[in-house]
Amino acid sequence: MARYVANRLAQAIMLLVIVSAIGFAILHLAPGGPLSQFAVSGQMTQEDLDRVTKQLGLDRPLPIQYLDWFGRMLKGDWGKSYRDGEAVLSVISSHLGATLELMATATIIAVLLGCWIGILGALRRYSVFDTLATVGAMIALSIPTFWFGLVTIYVFSVKLGWLPAGNRQTIGDGSFLDLLHHLIAPAMVLALVETAMWGRFMRSSMLEVINQDYIRTARAKGMPEWRILTVHALRNALLPMITVAGLQFPTLLGGALVAETVFTWPGMGRLFLDSIGYRDYPVVMGILMFSATMVLIGSLLADILYAVVDPRIRVG
Amino acid sequence: MATAALSTVQRTPGQAAWRRFCRHRLALAGALIILVLVLGSALGPYLLPFDDTYIDIMKRFAPPLSGAHILGTDELGRDVLARLMMGGRVSLSIGIVAMVMAMAIGIVVGAFAGFYGGAVGAVLMRLVDAVLCFPTIFLLLALAALTEPGLVTTTVLIAATAWMAVARVVEAQVRSLREREFAVAALAFGSSNLRIMFRELVPNAIAPIVVAATLNVAKAILLESYVSYLGFGIQPPAASWGNMLNNAQIYLTSAPWLAIVPGVAITLAVTSFNFLGDGLRDALDPRMNIP
Repeated sequence: MARYVANRLAQAIMLLVIVSAIGFAILHLAPGGPLSQFAVSGQMTQEDLDRVTKQLGLDRPLPIQYLDWFGRMLKGDWGKSYRDGEAVLSVISSHLGATLELMATATIIAVLLGCWIGILGALRRYSVFDTLATVGAMIALSIPTFWFGLVTIYVFSVKLGWLPAGNRQTIGDGSFLDLLHHLIAPAMVLALVETAMWGRFMRSSMLEVINQDYIRTARAKGMPEWRILTVHALRNALLPMITVAGLQFPTLLGGALVAETVFTWPGMGRLFLDSIGYRDYPVVMGILMFSATMVLIGSLLADILYAVVDPRIRVG
Repeated sequence: MATAALSTVQRTPGQAAWRRFCRHRLALAGALIILVLVLGSALGPYLLPFDDTYIDIMKRFAPPLSGAHILGTDELGRDVLARLMMGGRVSLSIGIVAMVMAMAIGIVVGAFAGFYGGAVGAVLMRLVDAVLCFPTIFLLLALAALTEPGLVTTTVLIAATAWMAVARVVEAQVRSLREREFAVAALAFGSSNLRIMFRELVPNAIAPIVVAATLNVAKAILLESYVSYLGFGIQPPAASWGNMLNNAQIYLTSAPWLAIVPGVAITLAVTSFNFLGDGLRDALDPRMNIP
């Protein structure tokens, strides 16, 4: 087990180095590179630009610059926002809570609903329910999240007036009920794609398990059907879902960005888009690197957790 | 008499695949819808009396089915149907062209990684893993923010963020195919590595590649709608299905059709390509059929 974890950890660190190199390349391949913010103002002479280049160490060879940049990233120095001079990491962390709240709620909805649909679909394979669920999942995966958000706002806010059209709370309120009221629509919209994916993976995982020999043995022993399903089938079918949770993470983050935009939710995705609008590159790059690192850690945790619960994995 | 009824019909693999495809009714419907959308976007604008960028301030916010404008007009009095058709040209072309580019990158990376394996394969596939760590929309928007927005940029950037899945498919195929007899025979004949890769191995992996390509079009159309909706893709006055939704949220109360019409078009196109890919998977390679 320790060897597996060490191995997987080494892989993740190597991946982090490549990810950071890509991030660094994006920053430097951009027209004007890290200096573009000064160049666009047009008030600086070439001499000024040269001086800033020297001050920021941009005249050094790229590999040295990269090592320097990567070292500072590891130490938690992610630069300062162009907008207000605040440290990038503290800007991100002040918006992270709202995003995590949204992602967690959507995940809970998606896991419960998706697993239920998937299990039922597998048990009643090719039934009307299963067919509808399969077709519905495909459509759900094809709907642009932002458009589904617009339709949700139109139906539930404009027409029915049940839910607020955006924001995290009513100004001056902020009670638990008020927060919940604002959370429903964006979480529902974000959960749509996730539910479809969980449903599909759950269905195929369950189908794989219920055709195994040990299920037939359990039936042959005369074990009651509910016990076979819950104790034997479900427990094993749920295991691969840990991997699915890890795989979902990038989609979930991307979906959160879109849902936050439509519902003016003050999270990391909104911050990302605002920063792009302001050409606030340190924050843009910071969030890009932050989200990639989150995905990396997420898949690392999923793999380790899977190995903990399923001993067969550790050998491979 | 009874024996005649029992005799088996001989079918070529192509005919068998076509039959399997036709049994997949949703895939057929998808293909039909794609055909309608492509023809509508290509020919439709010639049949309409309205230009997609013609501004008629007197006729702002005309609702659908009122008078001459079948799908109504937008905030500048432009005909929504004309914009939908011109937008369809842009969105569908981006979907196809970005797919071709993504396939080219994915096939080359996957073929080299799968064929050479070892260090080359490891480096290339770790690169794929690393790019996949970035949530697609974040990567796409960051790149779009650093470049000049437009048709070409948008297409290239979508391709740059959508080739990884193809590379994984091709790598797995090539890695298993290169051990087969025909590949070994080609090597014995003295064929060059490049020839074996792209004339022997990749063509034999055509079934999963076609499926991946179809699903890639769906993904590209979806990505275009995201970046254009957020304002970093196709720039007005040119229309795309994504940027038609750009201002729709402001007019959601007064003119909901501005939000509904392009969204339905995107959903239809993406769903159709997804079902088509599903049907092709069943038709071309029954073994890939996951229960």
